[in-house]
Amino acid sequence: MIDVIESGFFTTVQDSGRTGYRHAGVPTSGAMDAWAYRLANALVGNSGDEAVLEVTMAGPTLRFRVEAVVAVCGGDFPCALNGQPISLWKPEIVKPGDVLEVGVCRTGFRAYIAVSGGIDVPPVMGSRSTYVPAQLGGLAGRPLRRGDVLPVGAMHPFTAVGSIRWGLSRLAASYIDGKTKTVRVIPGPEYDEFTPESRRQFFAARYEVTPQSDRTGYRLSGPALALVREREMVSEAVVFGTVQVPASGRPIVLMADSQTSGGYPRIAQVAAVDLPILAQARPGDCLQFQLITSEEATRLYKEQHHRLLRWIAAIRRQWEGER
Amino acid sequence: MRMEYTLFPLCEYAVTVRFADCIDEAVNEVVHGAAARLEAEKKEGIEEIVPAFSSLTIYYDPLVIDYIGVGAWIRKNIRQPEQAVRRLARTVVIPVCYGGEFGPDLSDVARFHGMTENEVVTLHSTGRYRVYMIGFSPGFAYLGGLSPRLATPRRPVPRTKVPAGSVGIAGGQTGVYPLATPGGWQLIGRTPLKLFDPCRAEPSLLAAGDIVEFQPIDAKEFARWSEEHD
Repeated sequence: MIDVIESGFFTTVQDSGRTGYRHAGVPTSGAMDAWAYRLANALVGNSGDEAVLEVTMAGPTLRFRVEAVVAVCGGDFPCALNGQPISLWKPEIVKPGDVLEVGVCRTGFRAYIAVSGGIDVPPVMGSRSTYVPAQLGGLAGRPLRRGDVLPVGAMHPFTAVGSIRWGLSRLAASYIDGKTKTVRVIPGPEYDEFTPESRRQFFAARYEVTPQSDRTGYRLSGPALALVREREMVSEAVVFGTVQVPASGRPIVLMADSQTSGGYPRIAQVAAVDLPILAQARPGDCLQFQLITSEEATRLYKEQHHRLLRWIAAIRRQWEGER
Repeated sequence: MRMEYTLFPLCEYAVTVRFADCIDEAVNEVVHGAAARLEAEKKEGIEEIVPAFSSLTIYYDPLVIDYIGVGAWIRKNIRQPEQAVRRLARTVVIPVCYGGEFGPDLSDVARFHGMTENEVVTLHSTGRYRVYMIGFSPGFAYLGGLSPRLATPRRPVPRTKVPAGSVGIAGGQTGVYPLATPGGWQLIGRTPLKLFDPCRAEPSLLAAGDIVEFQPIDAKEFARWSEEHD
């Protein structure tokens, strides 16, 4: 069990997402930054899909009642264990009574706190991910509050070691830096229906992430985009990363909690490989879109997946060495 | 009914099959027929088949099957079944308190069409609607059958929060928001019914193919409903 002493700004339980219910209109949710989520789980010796805490902007303070391995991955949040600073992207052993503090992020926007055994809230429709608008999953379908108690899954054998002297290199976090983030996209289904000037502007301009941005979508400010001919769309599928443009002309990038279908023209789709970059953009950061082909997006996605598997394999080898 | 279709990649792990770009009962039946057929022929790597109004989207694992492979599988299996599977349609009556704080856009919709608010309510509540698809948010039913005389464009800027139970109009569509979500529809009323409840055996009150009727109620009845069912 873990006691929540402070909740942080917006901390939710997330796993790899709730798939299989799109036909009932249920969003997939899940960790926004899949890269940090996967590596955090690997660092604590979890097998992969365990639930973690997703931290936004300012982190929680947690007191552990159990011995466990924890790791914090993602944006640059100052972290301390019993008042002593600790590194991100590195496993740490905690003992009963230990207090982990995650502060206010310096760069990036989200971090993932993984615990060996995972956050063991009951799964709802096959997932522990929190979807706040429908109060699904997580801890009663809501963000953490002070005083909450989080159940932790069965202890992992790897926890029977003293202290850990290894972690991931800075390379793991390199995608988080920078106030202007380049995000690759493929053309959306209605791309050709936008005016040539709008299509040019979409790639030439920098779009700022506004404060009206959350796990459902990022509302962007920048040049307004227009269709050659205005029309009412028939609602069709949208996914995490779909860039849709309502009549105001200001693009909205749909995020992990996005609806399953939408009725606004879709100018672009953010390549899955760059969704972690998007997830780490904070209000005030700028997005610069860059066009690639659908084939290239698929190739990059597979490359990233295999890179992730290599990192995870390397972490496993480190753990074998600890045993 | 045989229909041509186009395929396009939505993202690295989803492809959309579009039969048409309209709200039409016959087209929607083709969509559901094709979805049922593909569902029956599901193979490794194919994860979800999700029907919409006049298209369906197939979600797959790109590490198992690629876009070309999914396309070939679709072309092989999508042919219209000899007999469409027909579910016995239920009729679900949804009580709605129109206008006022429950339907803040009712006056705008009436003005847009040069009608009184009462005329809008009468026209909306005498219609029979078919559930074409469930999407957007948990339990959200897209309904076909709105009188063309009530078709109203979406709001230029979507609201960041629409209250649960809100009944709206968007173009030629009408529907009920099951949850408090962002949305750009014109809100004309609200129902006290729960359209989505994860604790129910079937969380979504409505299913594709159901017939929906709206029953006008006043604010007192709304309050009574909400108390009895909360």
